[in-house]
Amino acid sequence: MSASITVLMSGNEAIAEGALRAGLKFYAGYPITPQNELTAYMAEHVPLVGGVFLQSESEVAAISMVYGASAAGARAMTTSSSPGISLKQEGLSYIAAAQTPVVVANVMRAGPGLGNIWPAQSDYFQATKGGGHGDYRMIVLAPSTVQESLDLTKEAFDLADRYRIAVMILSDGMLGQMMEGVTLPADREPPAPVAKPWALTGAAGRGQNIVRSLFMERDGVEKHNLMLQRKYRRIATNETRLEAYRMADARAAIVAYGTMARIGRSVVDAMRGRGVKVGLLRPITLWPFPAKEIARFSRKTRRLLVVEMSYGQMVEDVRLAVDKKAVVHFYGRAGGGIPTHRQVERELTRFLVRKK
Amino acid sequence: MAKSYKRPRSLVDRATHYCPGCGHGILHRLVAEVVDELGLREKVISVAPVGCAVVAYNYWDFDSIEAAHGRALAVATGIKRVRPGNVVFTYQGDGDLAAIGTAETIHAANRGENLTVIFVNNAVYGMTGGQMAPTTILDQKTATTPRGRSVKDEGYPLKILEMLALLDGVAHAERTMLISPKEVLNTRRAIKEAFVNQVAGKGFSIVEVLSMCPTYAGKSPADAMRWVGEDLAKTFQPGRLK
Repeated sequence: MSASITVLMSGNEAIAEGALRAGLKFYAGYPITPQNELTAYMAEHVPLVGGVFLQSESEVAAISMVYGASAAGARAMTTSSSPGISLKQEGLSYIAAAQTPVVVANVMRAGPGLGNIWPAQSDYFQATKGGGHGDYRMIVLAPSTVQESLDLTKEAFDLADRYRIAVMILSDGMLGQMMEGVTLPADREPPAPVAKPWALTGAAGRGQNIVRSLFMERDGVEKHNLMLQRKYRRIATNETRLEAYRMADARAAIVAYGTMARIGRSVVDAMRGRGVKVGLLRPITLWPFPAKEIARFSRKTRRLLVVEMSYGQMVEDVRLAVDKKAVVHFYGRAGGGIPTHRQVERELTRFLVRKK
Repeated sequence: MAKSYKRPRSLVDRATHYCPGCGHGILHRLVAEVVDELGLREKVISVAPVGCAVVAYNYWDFDSIEAAHGRALAVATGIKRVRPGNVVFTYQGDGDLAAIGTAETIHAANRGENLTVIFVNNAVYGMTGGQMAPTTILDQKTATTPRGRSVKDEGYPLKILEMLALLDGVAHAERTMLISPKEVLNTRRAIKEAFVNQVAGKGFSIVEVLSMCPTYAGKSPADAMRWVGEDLAKTFQPGRLK
């Protein structure tokens, strides 16, 4: 293990560096703001670690290239921002069905449509509920710091291989552009190779391997779906993550992820400084959603303020989790606007004095 | 007496799902023969298209992957770039390669990806029920051109092979037919060359094979074959373009 160093990097660069440290061997991407630094970083560094960088003709092609590279056994990734991620949904559905492990990052910007290049969290539904066709899931990880952008991306490759699933890093334009100190080993040490007996390597000394999503037999697709659902349940049991911050005696909690959780944390600290007992619940996995954990906290902390850079997406999962046993209030802005510290504090203060 | 005409090792012994007179059976066999002849069975990775040949891997005994409709060459690019020592080929129909996958086709060719492409042009969408293909010829009746393809409404049949031959990244572009033993052997030769090119690292090789779909041509297998030779081949002239 080499010595640790601390370097200044942007959230976008941290995602790229995390992938390189996970042994990334293939990257395909198409330019889109606000994630262009990520692709440029890959263009610079992927060839240096013996991998392949490819600027694709489209997002549709990029995700299909990644599907191919991953089916051939390589750790593979593509990244984009909201409109580009919409184009990748076709490939993500095939990847889910064919069970090839890939990592995708979405540095979210404002939509719908072309929207603008400012940060947003409006792709939560798309990331966690499907996006492409069919019954499938991706593991969705939501970093809230630059350090976490690196750490979670690196880990995403392990999760992808372990479960043969697509893992999405859900960042946003704010977190992607922000620069912070990141501590990491000085050298890029290649990870231990993962055995992939299902991969396409040429049928030498074994039977034919087929990577597929078509099942023509009468009950073939249903059986395949039931197998996928069992896998998703296993992931939900093993991989759900939530950070609880200053929750021990909290009367109310902010529920937020990513960039919004940073603002939520500073609101909690400020109000705690004045003796107001509030806390923060920060889902790190958006799928699997930490529903049981939030439900458990809501039995003591009866007021939950969900704050998002959207018009209310994750709040639906929080409401389902607490099942009307706690009061859930929502505050959000999207379209480039970010709820400020002051606005979130005002909402939480009103919520605390409001009759249920 | 020794048996001289045998099933190729790479071809699986099973009943066909293709219609009587369909060209896929002949072509699957030719690919299997060439793969065996070049000793590539343990190295080859095929990319199946969306269309009637989506289950080509049921007939071939080597590694295979299904691509989404039109994405075969993007998928093949990903595979070949991380496994340059393998031999990767796509097997695509006209809708896959020349309509929904046009961008993937042109850009993979232009990058000079070291891949082999078997492009099956039968001028119709078979799996979905006989709709117009980008290569449907003028006046040809299909489910979506019931009065025949017209220049005014549908434009001209797309000569994508001619377009691809213009690109610097393309090493070999050739159009062949399956309408006689002679033409079948010529197709086999072209396919072999397209694989040999890849092994030699020469870059993008594509063989467009004019094929028969008697079912949606509304013809007997023999008439469908004649139609390919007499009508389809007028618009899409066989021969080597590059």
